[in-house]
Amino acid sequence: MPNSDLRPPTLKVTPEEYKEITKKLTPKPKVVKNTILAFLVGGLICSIGQIIINSYMLYLGLTKLSAQIAGTATLIFLGALLTGLGVYDEIVRVGGAGGIIPVTGFANSMVSPALEYKKEGYVFGVGGKLFTIAGPILVYGIASSIIVGIIYLLLR
Amino acid sequence: MKNKKAGNQSVFFQNPPVVISGYSVVGPKEGQGPLRDSFDVILKDTYDGEKSWEKTEAKMLERSMRGAIDKAQVPLESVDYILAGDLLNQIISSNFAARQLGLPFIGLYGACSTMALSLALGGMLIDGGYASKVLCSASSHHDTAERQYRLPTEQGNQRPMYAQWTVTGAGSILLADAGNGPKLTSATIGRVIDYGETDTNNMGAAMAPAVADTILNHFQDLNRPPDYYDLVLTGDLGVLGLQLVTELLKRSNLNIRNTFTDCGVMIFDTEQDTHAGGSGCGCSAVVLTGNILSRMQSGEIKKVLLIGSGSLHSPASALQGESMPAIGHAISLEMQ
Repeated sequence: MPNSDLRPPTLKVTPEEYKEITKKLTPKPKVVKNTILAFLVGGLICSIGQIIINSYMLYLGLTKLSAQIAGTATLIFLGALLTGLGVYDEIVRVGGAGGIIPVTGFANSMVSPALEYKKEGYVFGVGGKLFTIAGPILVYGIASSIIVGIIYLLLR
Repeated sequence: MKNKKAGNQSVFFQNPPVVISGYSVVGPKEGQGPLRDSFDVILKDTYDGEKSWEKTEAKMLERSMRGAIDKAQVPLESVDYILAGDLLNQIISSNFAARQLGLPFIGLYGACSTMALSLALGGMLIDGGYASKVLCSASSHHDTAERQYRLPTEQGNQRPMYAQWTVTGAGSILLADAGNGPKLTSATIGRVIDYGETDTNNMGAAMAPAVADTILNHFQDLNRPPDYYDLVLTGDLGVLGLQLVTELLKRSNLNIRNTFTDCGVMIFDTEQDTHAGGSGCGCSAVVLTGNILSRMQSGEIKKVLLIGSGSLHSPASALQGESMPAIGHAISLEMQ
């Protein structure tokens, strides 16, 4: 907590007033521009996914379900590849949540720590830090799916 | 013995130590910025042939230390102490660089205020008669800082517009009891000030009150008029922090009308997309050893006040919801 008992001279601005000044001067995020970019980037990634799925059904003769699984795997591969090439963080820098939410973003959150912590070894580096970003998503994703499953079971 | 302390927090040097040389090493991004011509070495990539960025940072720091000693044309053994610090856990960059030089070493942690802190202490050692030459250094590396304080470097995220970009750079200054160059005339040691900022992306806002407090005390302690300096330079407050410190001083009735700017604002162009500017120990270290020293030597500016600014939080304290305490240390350099 701020120290209110300092020896003078002290600033003639209280922490409360400072909070107001900071709020006034801090640049606001460009909501409209960011939303449009996120829509375009996220939409583009999803469209690419749809094209891949349709191509698998059309050219490889996969069933819809198999094509969707194979298409998701392909997108994960592409996300991982682009992370390795150092491109994916640039995509997110422009597209924001449009790049984080799709499955490619999940691939990015797994591959980037794997790349990053290789220098600390395969056990405590890669092994220990692989889930630093994805861990919370998995913990709460799985936990909430269990809760939803129980509710579904009770309502059935 | 004569008392060399002035007021509450300041000291003045009776026989002002002299900055006999300065040496700066920076990364590629800094080498594309507006100050590119003032740096001694610009690395071609962020690894510089090393296997990890931590190794690169230690190597950069060592290079700047040796560079400053070579530039002054003094033997390595004539340096009495190395005072150095950086941002990494257990200040490994400084420890590892000092290992290579084999000189008596005092490790410092003042976060991004380290360069000003090392100069203040170096000045005290020399004017106190405990040393005749002290090497004062600081370093930071964008990628080592990112992986320690934030996210893996390839992890996609969108930084807010008020966030700053950690500078890849190392700077060293050799202080001596005699010689030619700008003189270190006074120093003000800051106190830890916390105005309750909790957003770790908004370091400028966390540090501005501490810097303003130190500036206020510096002018009062030494009884200097607000227009005493040709240039008042804050360490790494960035665009927002600089606006905030100006506002804080104005409201506290100290009007610095002369040039008032920030190393973090100077080091990058707005087109470089760093948002609010540079930060990190290396920021004030390379701007001071590069741009400022050469402008002082050419006579363009004669009196400079540098206030190094450091945010004293850790990733753990931030996650535990603590606000960010900060500190500012001031040193004045004067060309006679």
